[in-house]
Amino acid sequence: MTARTTEPSLSTAEGIKETVRGFILSSITITQLRDDDDLFDSGIVNSLFAVQLMTFIEKRFGIEVGMDDLDIAHFKSVNATTAFVLGKNGRPGSP
Amino acid sequence: MEFKRVGVLGAGNIGIGVVTDLVLHGISAVVVDISDDILTRAQAAILNNVRCVPLLSKTLPRITNDEAKQRMELTTDLQDVASCDFIIENVTEDWALKKSVYENLDRVAPPEICLGANTSCISITQIASATTRAANVVGIHLMNPVHLKPTVEVIRGFHTSDQTVDTLLQLFSVLNKEAIIVQDMPGFVSNRISHLFMNEAAFVLQDNVATADEIDMIFKKCFGHKMGPLETADLIGLDTVMRSLDVLYESFQDPKYRCCPLLRKLVHAGHLGRKTGRGFHVYPEG
Repeated sequence: MTARTTEPSLSTAEGIKETVRGFILSSITITQLRDDDDLFDSGIVNSLFAVQLMTFIEKRFGIEVGMDDLDIAHFKSVNATTAFVLGKNGRPGSP
Repeated sequence: MEFKRVGVLGAGNIGIGVVTDLVLHGISAVVVDISDDILTRAQAAILNNVRCVPLLSKTLPRITNDEAKQRMELTTDLQDVASCDFIIENVTEDWALKKSVYENLDRVAPPEICLGANTSCISITQIASATTRAANVVGIHLMNPVHLKPTVEVIRGFHTSDQTVDTLLQLFSVLNKEAIIVQDMPGFVSNRISHLFMNEAAFVLQDNVATADEIDMIFKKCFGHKMGPLETADLIGLDTVMRSLDVLYESFQDPKYRCCPLLRKLVHAGHLGRKTGRGFHVYPEG
């Protein structure tokens, strides 16, 4: 039997949030992160991380971030990013 | 002076940033590198930089993908920079390679054209010696990411003329960049000092005094730096940092610049920092 890890569902708000949180936590040095912590104002990451996060959600959720969406406020926290993905009618990307 | 076309030699990290900055400010770039593959990858990175401008800057101009493409000419033929108003060289930090590039560039570019040598550590006077126009060669140390950094270290070589410095300052004026002009010695001001920090941070990590995260956190939280020395090395590229340290060691014959074995080991392992997804830190694929 092959062991499987359970990945969060990409079709629910909680699953999207967990996926976003997982990516952010894998990229930063702190282990505790509240969902409304401002990543940039707090100095947890520098602004270049916004590009990494944006690229991640485009690939993972199969959405396209348009010119009008390029506002760092959309990516400033776990909650903001999750809301942005939901607002774009996020659908799961290719595995 | 009007800058319609600027030649950019080398489409690596810094070259990509230079072209991004030029096209954002309405200047066409003739981008030269050794293969079409490198140029294609560079173009994709430049277009992504242009696209992400609204995310990272409130002041940089916004342009469309098509506008950016129209302002880029990609070529493997050095001859194509002959009609440029200024040429910025960003090839690998390797004296033998730079010497060859400047000898060829000197034959191709009209004698009155100024050459900006973008180097981490190699002396501008030494670079100028590979040309017959030493007065027209000036050092430019651009910081990464180039289009987001407002200040540049400019280096006056032994023979660099006031006119050449003025021409460069006019170009930087179009790019909204401020210049700090210094005299020529290997590593100039910035890298002569910063590479000691990065190298010693690697020694501290090698000696298990602290983790990479802890070392960087001390610089960020105690000193108020935006980035720690190991993060900075990862952003620059560990191969570039290693080569710069080697140049400093060779130039000053001073053991304080000997490259940390751990840093060299990571380079040989192919862990070059952000650009390969791993250096002193690991960068998840975005």
